Amino acid sequence: MKRIGIDVGGTNTDAVLLDAKRVVAGVKAPTTADVMSGVVASLQKLKTAAPQALDVSAIMIGTTHFTNAVVERRNLMRVGVIRICLPTCASLEPLCDWPDDLRAAVVPMSFLVAGGTEYDGRDIVPLDEGAIREAAMKIRDAGIGAVAITAVFSPLRNDFELRAKEIIEEVCKGVLVTCSHEVGRIGLLERENVTVLNACLGKHGIETVRAFKNALWVAGIDAPFYLTQNDGTVLQADTAARFPVFSFASGPTNSMRGAAFLSGIEDGVVCDVGGTTSDIGYLVKGFPREANSVVKIGGVRTLFRMPDLVSLGIGGGSLIAEKGPTVGPESVGFRLPQSALVFGGSTLTMTDIGVAAGLMDVGDKSLVSHLDRTLVQAVLKSVRERLEDAVDQMKTSPENVELIAVGGGAPLIPEIMEGVSRVVHLEHGGVANAVGAASAMISGEVDQIASGVDRDKALADAEELARLRAIEGGADETTLTIVDIEDVPIAYLPGNARRVRVRVVGEIAGWRPQTDAAE
Amino acid sequence: MRQFLESEIEPLAIGAWVLGTGGGGSPYHGFLNLKKLYREGRTVKLIAPEELADDANVAVVSSMGAPMVGLERLTDPEILVQAVQMMEEYRGVKFDAIMSVEIGGGNAIQPFLAAALMGLPVVDADAMGRAFPEAQMTSFAIADLPMFPLTLADVRDNAVVVARAASWKWMERISRKVCVEVGSVASTCKAPRTGREVKDFGIHGTVTQAVAIGNAVQQAQREHRDPVQAILEQEDGKLVFVGRVWDVERRTTEGFLRGKTLIDGLGDYRDQQILINFQNEYTLVSRNGEPLVTTPDLICVLDTVSGEAIGTETLRYGQRVTVIAMRAAPILTTPKGLEHVGPRAFGHDVNFKSVFQS
Repeated sequence: MKRIGIDVGGTNTDAVLLDAKRVVAGVKAPTTADVMSGVVASLQKLKTAAPQALDVSAIMIGTTHFTNAVVERRNLMRVGVIRICLPTCASLEPLCDWPDDLRAAVVPMSFLVAGGTEYDGRDIVPLDEGAIREAAMKIRDAGIGAVAITAVFSPLRNDFELRAKEIIEEVCKGVLVTCSHEVGRIGLLERENVTVLNACLGKHGIETVRAFKNALWVAGIDAPFYLTQNDGTVLQADTAARFPVFSFASGPTNSMRGAAFLSGIEDGVVCDVGGTTSDIGYLVKGFPREANSVVKIGGVRTLFRMPDLVSLGIGGGSLIAEKGPTVGPESVGFRLPQSALVFGGSTLTMTDIGVAAGLMDVGDKSLVSHLDRTLVQAVLKSVRERLEDAVDQMKTSPENVELIAVGGGAPLIPEIMEGVSRVVHLEHGGVANAVGAASAMISGEVDQIASGVDRDKALADAEELARLRAIEGGADETTLTIVDIEDVPIAYLPGNARRVRVRVVGEIAGWRPQTDAAE
Repeated sequence: MRQFLESEIEPLAIGAWVLGTGGGGSPYHGFLNLKKLYREGRTVKLIAPEELADDANVAVVSSMGAPMVGLERLTDPEILVQAVQMMEEYRGVKFDAIMSVEIGGGNAIQPFLAAALMGLPVVDADAMGRAFPEAQMTSFAIADLPMFPLTLADVRDNAVVVARAASWKWMERISRKVCVEVGSVASTCKAPRTGREVKDFGIHGTVTQAVAIGNAVQQAQREHRDPVQAILEQEDGKLVFVGRVWDVERRTTEGFLRGKTLIDGLGDYRDQQILINFQNEYTLVSRNGEPLVTTPDLICVLDTVSGEAIGTETLRYGQRVTVIAMRAAPILTTPKGLEHVGPRAFGHDVNFKSVFQS
């Protein structure tokens, strides 16, 4: 079974062809402003490297596009925000804890209306349908194309949100509606934040998926395609288009999953050296370890499950201070092929240091032969020390760990580091992101109310069903792992009722991680 | 009396969450509300208990309920003001100052919200020195001060006065029933205290203590030092365990969040597990059935990296946590105090032995 993995990063668009567990080819092309031409270019390169790329059974695309849109405050829709909560929750208006510039970019039109649920499932007060209809008309008259609906305790009972959605769609034809119960958990402000983020990316999500579709068509590739999700699984593209927020963390997740796939190492540190930053994460049983509690995206509090990362301003394009061994955080970024000394430019970058030290072989080596050896050594020492510090931060025990070096700047990682038992360099480490996308997994999820059984039985039943669904979806039974297990008691229902949510993921059947790491 | 600065709001929220010992509800919403009030030009003065006149009228306020409910049903400051004003009307007095019943968690900030709206100072004291789930678990109850009246306000214009109660326990039972009925969250004004009572039986300096903990955490974060270590140093606390959350079992019953969590050891604690029981707050840490730390010693579960407190309602599988213990206020560990807040008050059949007396 052949698959293509694509990673659309800020600097490069990488593409790989995987045939079962083997990387047939991996290529890089510059990311373009329209995204599409970069994807087309990378696919053309891939076809040149491996003509069989035309005949694949699936294409997995990972992108940091949506996160970047939020971080850069562009391509965001105006959002009608409806909170079903009155008479509670009135003093803190929607988006109250957002950064001012992001709030200004979203220009929310907010409405608080009566309704919502108590913790035990009763109504706080009945839903004020008239107020929803009135809000809908104002949203329509303002020409707003996206609506975010959040009701108090909707993860427990979603009928208020669904009814409000019905009314909105009746009044505002063609509007894109996100309901909070689809994207978030208990925690009103954080769930509402995620709902609004998803809503404001509505059009961008649809257009991006359409651009991907066109790119595949232009490249002559006809296969089902998927977007990779925060948790390392995939979602069918048309569904994923409706939920851009689920792709927010797919970049780092893909790079770490790719590192695990290529190296066969399940527990260890991954260091991904890109153009501007180095991201250091920790693999536990082949999965990125997650950050605790609240995660901020573009300055907005969310309850997303994100990989726990330390980011250092060290990348191939990082500027080197003339006088001393200071690296970054400024970077020439995507201008590296013009700006670096080895490419005939006039800016001293980390790549030049790498070439001068004989770690990297790009550009013209003679253009950096004049560099002072003591400067080169001092820079490398400073990089090593900062990386060692970061690795130490991520470790959970004093024992030495294996470190997997990936990303375009992987050769810059020193071979010998304190606290590291072995630095593993990989043949296709430069495109680990795309490999991670191509090797993304299948998930099975159950979200149901269990009653009349005890907690252990309720959880076990749900897990069994989730496993079954993952296997039906094509997952390898022996690789299934629980990534999410949660239960919330529902006091108003008889019989020790609880809402149980279980999510399992597994490798696609017939796949095994490659075990012989190239060093 | 001094001005409480806007720059102290965030440290207060961070420190209060640590003192919440897992409960008391996250102070985040209160923090947002207070920031908003300061931005609108309202400010609050902090008054030391010693500065109160003996006959001063002090309102004791709290938001009552289950922490998980507070994550969804956000409470407006105006509702708390209603409870305080209801008490003023019922008793026919005007309050001179306002204080929190509980410095741990969201209730640390509640008096500031009412104070900002009413133009009253906040007393640098509380009645727990931490968080506890029930009304009789206060220094005022331990001192056998009168427990009534109590006023309770709900968002739907339901207002309740508990005019008399036979005991602190009865006050808890009656007000809890009402609280559960209105959705397990309500704003309350407890039995008013005189300045003399606050001086004699309040737990003093706890607002300042919370701000100091918050400052220590923030400073450590800024300087990339270990924030957990900073808290231990600031409070002369004790490291109990380092690990990750392995399992969490919760149930919301009778208005409380009850349950237990299993923590699997990491690093020096590898191959060990501890069990922590909770009733809104962490009440008991045990290993192999042997108690390690018991209430009223403060049991705090902190994010190992950021040092921020993790509440019983936000505990989650896989979180890396450090468990520390801090000293309880002396009145809580007296024989009378232990009747109210010792392990047996939470249904644990063990004796209290402070981790600090060995």
